[in-house]
Formats: sequence, structure tokens, C-alpha cells
Amino acid sequence: MSTAATQAITVESLHKQFGDFEAVKGVSFEVGAAEVFGFLGPNGAGKSTTINMLCTLLTPTSGKASVAGHDVVRERDDVRRNIGLVFQDPTLDGYLTAAQNLKLHAELYGVPTNLVAPRMEQVLKMVGLWDRRDGQVMAFSGGMRRRLEIARGLMHSPRVLFLDEPTIGLDPQTRRSIWTYIRQLQEREEITIFMTTHYMDEAEWCDRIAIMDQGQIVALDTPERLKAGVGADRVTIQTDDNEAAITALRERLGIQALIAEGAVTFRIESGEQFVPRLFAEFDPARNPDLPAISGVSVSRPTLDDVFMSFTGSTIRDAEEDPSKLRNRVMMQMMGGRR
Amino acid sequence: MTAIADKPLDPAEVVRVHVPRRSARSELRAIKIVWRRELIRFVNDRMRIVTSLVQPFLFLFVLGGGLQRLASAGTHGVNLKTFIYPGILCMTVMFTAMFSAASIVWDREFGFLREMMVAPVRRSSIVIGKCLGGATVAAAQGVVVLAIAGLVGVPYAPGLILGALGLQLLLAFAITAFGLSVAIRIKQMQSFMGVMQMIVMPMYFISGALFPSSGLPAWLTVLNRIDPLAYAVDPMRRLVFGQLDISAAARRALDPGIHWWGWRMPAVLEVGVVLLLGLGLLAVAIWEFSATE
Repeated sequence: MSTAATQAITVESLHKQFGDFEAVKGVSFEVGAAEVFGFLGPNGAGKSTTINMLCTLLTPTSGKASVAGHDVVRERDDVRRNIGLVFQDPTLDGYLTAAQNLKLHAELYGVPTNLVAPRMEQVLKMVGLWDRRDGQVMAFSGGMRRRLEIARGLMHSPRVLFLDEPTIGLDPQTRRSIWTYIRQLQEREEITIFMTTHYMDEAEWCDRIAIMDQGQIVALDTPERLKAGVGADRVTIQTDDNEAAITALRERLGIQALIAEGAVTFRIESGEQFVPRLFAEFDPARNPDLPAISGVSVSRPTLDDVFMSFTGSTIRDAEEDPSKLRNRVMMQMMGGRR
Repeated sequence: MTAIADKPLDPAEVVRVHVPRRSARSELRAIKIVWRRELIRFVNDRMRIVTSLVQPFLFLFVLGGGLQRLASAGTHGVNLKTFIYPGILCMTVMFTAMFSAASIVWDREFGFLREMMVAPVRRSSIVIGKCLGGATVAAAQGVVVLAIAGLVGVPYAPGLILGALGLQLLLAFAITAFGLSVAIRIKQMQSFMGVMQMIVMPMYFISGALFPSSGLPAWLTVLNRIDPLAYAVDPMRRLVFGQLDISAAARRALDPGIHWWGWRMPAVLEVGVVLLLGLGLLAVAIWEFSATE
């Protein structure tokens, strides 16, 4: 009970099985009050399934979870009263105006009548849609709709706001402005924000992130610490024969490299100092049998590297991997992301 | 498009909402807002108001007017348009109610259904609100057709208007409930329309809306007696014919009523059948809707 008072979300070995496919393989974590918590991972990793269980939309196969101090299975209604939801797919009524959509939400959630108007004004101003309150949602752009959905999710002052891929399909500028709202929100209303994303750059906005892959949490920490944990810089080289380059790197320099997104990549301490040594070794005058290097880049660790160090592939490669694609298709078939 | 948030609010100014626990009052509010949404959408959609009136007018004036010359011998001098008018009153309501029920399929396609499903209210409140909304919208359409009674020789008697309105509401309610119980299971608009055409059109033709339900071939008589719609059309016809000044022979031929083994069912019982059926279908719809995760 003591954790329920301080933790916004507590999850203990949560499982979800769709037929013989295990979408979520026993995840456990806690999210503190007023924290911005991100779930990062490729499509089909089990993010949406987990979020749907926490929002009471799916019943867990086994395990326990509580949100805002209420059990997601036994106290469904209490959970629902205390959470706001912004789904990946739009759920607005295009025939209604922005204000009518919010009003409908307030009535469904039983917001006290005298508070509906002031709260509506506040949330609409927060997302910059107050001037458009009487416009039909049908005429809104994708970014405006998403902002309106966020405003709607806040109408009933939820303690936890769930955002499932809140910026998917939006242009970078709109994505940035949505993130500004999210951070403001968290400061102003001391709200806990739980979100999923598969954009690495977005995960940087979170206080803590959990990296999810194939139904499991493989890492959980602040973005800074995750990156620090990787330590070494990333060196990526373009060659005319990647396989031969990997062999040469292993045999001559003792480096374990691999291919990601069509280039050879590996991690090494002080990457910039290493580049001259690399070129000395691959110098065609000295070693004509080695593949030629056409480009090289060195970068500080990013969340991409973190993801890679835990899963062995980049998030984009993971999405293209046929075995994982199968999972994704299964998920959709089983209604994992309804 | 630049999105600029207003100046940060003082945290003390933040309007905090405390959502109370679920109560009978909150359920009523939910029913009311779902009902209101149906009305708002209907009023905003002028195209739908006009198009859904085309069919009844076509039947009444084109079919009724055109067949009049063929049918005059059998109608004992009563205009065919007058005869089918009660049937048309039912038809208007039926098709509008069907469209209203279809909105749940749209809601699913456009994702809005999810917004309602996750709200902390009973699923039954949503279904009841939808059903009442559909019934109200359909009855509103029915009023338009009721308003032209004078054009087909039916007097504007207060009893008739109130009675017809009540019957339309009831029929609209039952059809919306039926439509919802079907729509909840269907994911695509085209399939829903197909299913409804397949069920509703035959039901309408068999109901006796366009012909008297006596002296039919045996197979048609059986179908007519088990067609629930017949029990809505018959009291409507009684109501209209009650205001007409026609011969006893014409009345016998055109308004025979529904007979079970020679016993004519009273109107109250017929209305009761429709009401029970409507409530039963509503219960089915609620049950189905609650069972979907």
C-alpha cells in the first residue's frame, strides 16, 4: 500500500498471451508520480499490448498491475476515472466541433457541470486551439487533431496520462511542439505521463525510459545513464565489401563489428583517435587486398546505440526483421493494438 | 503551422477536476450526451435529412399515384395514396432508424467508439443513449411525412397526430435496437448495409405496409403473421383509417387487422408486441456490447 501512494504505476510480472503467441513476457516496473516515462521499442515489441493492459482495455493473462493506486483488473472503473488516454489512431468525432468533442468527454467522465467550461478553456488554451474551438474537427490538420486529443485526455484532470505513439505520422516541427506541451503539462499539473514511441530522439525527452524488445524489458534507466552505460563511441564505415571489412577488423584490429542499415558499425573508446589507425590499416598502398573505405563517421553514444547494445540490432532493422514482422502481424490479428 | 501555447498559467490557477464515483446520475448524464450527439450529428448533416425523405415520397406519390389507376377497383373508391400512407409513415421511420444504428459501425471505423468504450460508464448507458438518439432522429423525420397528411386526404386530427407520433417513436426505437444488435457485430459499413437490406426490405414488403393483410396466399399469410413489422403497421393503419369517412365494405377490405385463428388482435396488444420486441433487442444489443472487450 505504501508504494501505491508514491508510485503512479506498479507492474509485477505482467504477461499477455494471444493464442500461442506471447506478446508480453512478464514485465515488471514502477513509475513514480509526476514522472515522464517512455516505452521504447520497435513495432510489435509489446508496447501497445502493455499500455492496453494498463488502460484496462486488455485483461492480462497473468501478473499484477496498478495504476493511480487501483488494480487494473479488479478496479477497472477507478483506473478509468484517473487516467487520460491518447491513442495511436484518432478517436475524435469529426462531425462535432472541438468544443463539442471536449464537452462530450466531460459528460461521459462525469466532470462536475460547473467545471466543464473553465477546464475546457484551460486545456484548449494549453494546446493553442482555443480560437478554433467552434471549428469542425473534420477540417483540422493531423497535428491539430492530436493536440485536441491530448486536450481531451486532460479534461477530467487524470493523474496518469497515457500516450500511445503520440507523435506518429506528424512532421518534426509539430512533434517538437507536442513535446513542449507534454513537458509543460507535467510541470503544471504534476501529472504522470506514460508514453510509447519508436522514435529515438523522442525518448530523450523522457525522465526514464524502458527499452522493450520481443515482449521483454531489456533496459530501464534515465536516457543519460543508459547512454553513459554504453560508454564507447560509435564508428560507422562504408566499404565496398562489408563482410571482408568485418573479417579484417576482427583479424587485424581485434574489433567485433557488425552490419546495420547497410554499413559496418562498431563501438570503440575515443573513436576520433582511432580513425587514423583505421586508415593506416586499410591503406590500399599497404594492404591492397582489403576493401576500400568510402566513408567514415564517429558519433557519441545515442539511444540508438543503447538499443543496439541491448538487442543487437537497430530499431529500424528490428522492424524489418521477418521473424519480428511475424509477431507484428500476429499482434494485429489478435487485436493487440485495438 | 506554428503552435504557440499561451503564457504559462500560475499553477494555482489550474482548474482541477475531481471525477466522482459512478452513480445513477452519472449514467443518466452519459445517456443524455450520447443521445445529444446523435441529434447534433443529424442536424449538421442536412444532406441526410433530405436524402432519407426521397424514398418515402417516391413510394407515396410515384408508386401510389402510378398504381392508382390499376387499383381503383380493389380500393372501393379510396385513393391508393391514402391507403399506403400509414405504411409510408412506418417506412420513413424504419430507414432513418436503420441509418442511425449504422452510425455505430462508422464510430468503430473512425475510432470514436473507443473513446466511448473506455469511459468510466456502463456499456448499457452508451447503447441506451444511441438507441434513444436513433429513435428521436427517426421520429423527427417521421414528422415531416406526418405533416403532409392533408395532401393524401388524411385529416389533421390531434388524436391521429399524437398517436402516429407515438407509434413512430416506438417503431424507431425497436428498429434502432435491432440495427444496433446487428451493427455491433459488424466491422464494415458495406456489410452492414447489405445485411440490413437483406433483412429490412423483405420485412417491410411482407408487413402489409403496401397491401391489406387479408386474403393473401397461405405462405404469405404465415410470413406476414410472424413479421414483427406487421404489428407496427397495423395499428398505424387503424389510427389513420379511424379518421377516414369511408364505406364499411372499404374498411373491411383495406383495414382488416391481424387475425390469429379468426380473432382480431387489439391495437394495444400489437403495440405491446413491438414494445417487448424493442426492449428484447435492446437487451441483446447491450449484452453484445458489454461482451466486446
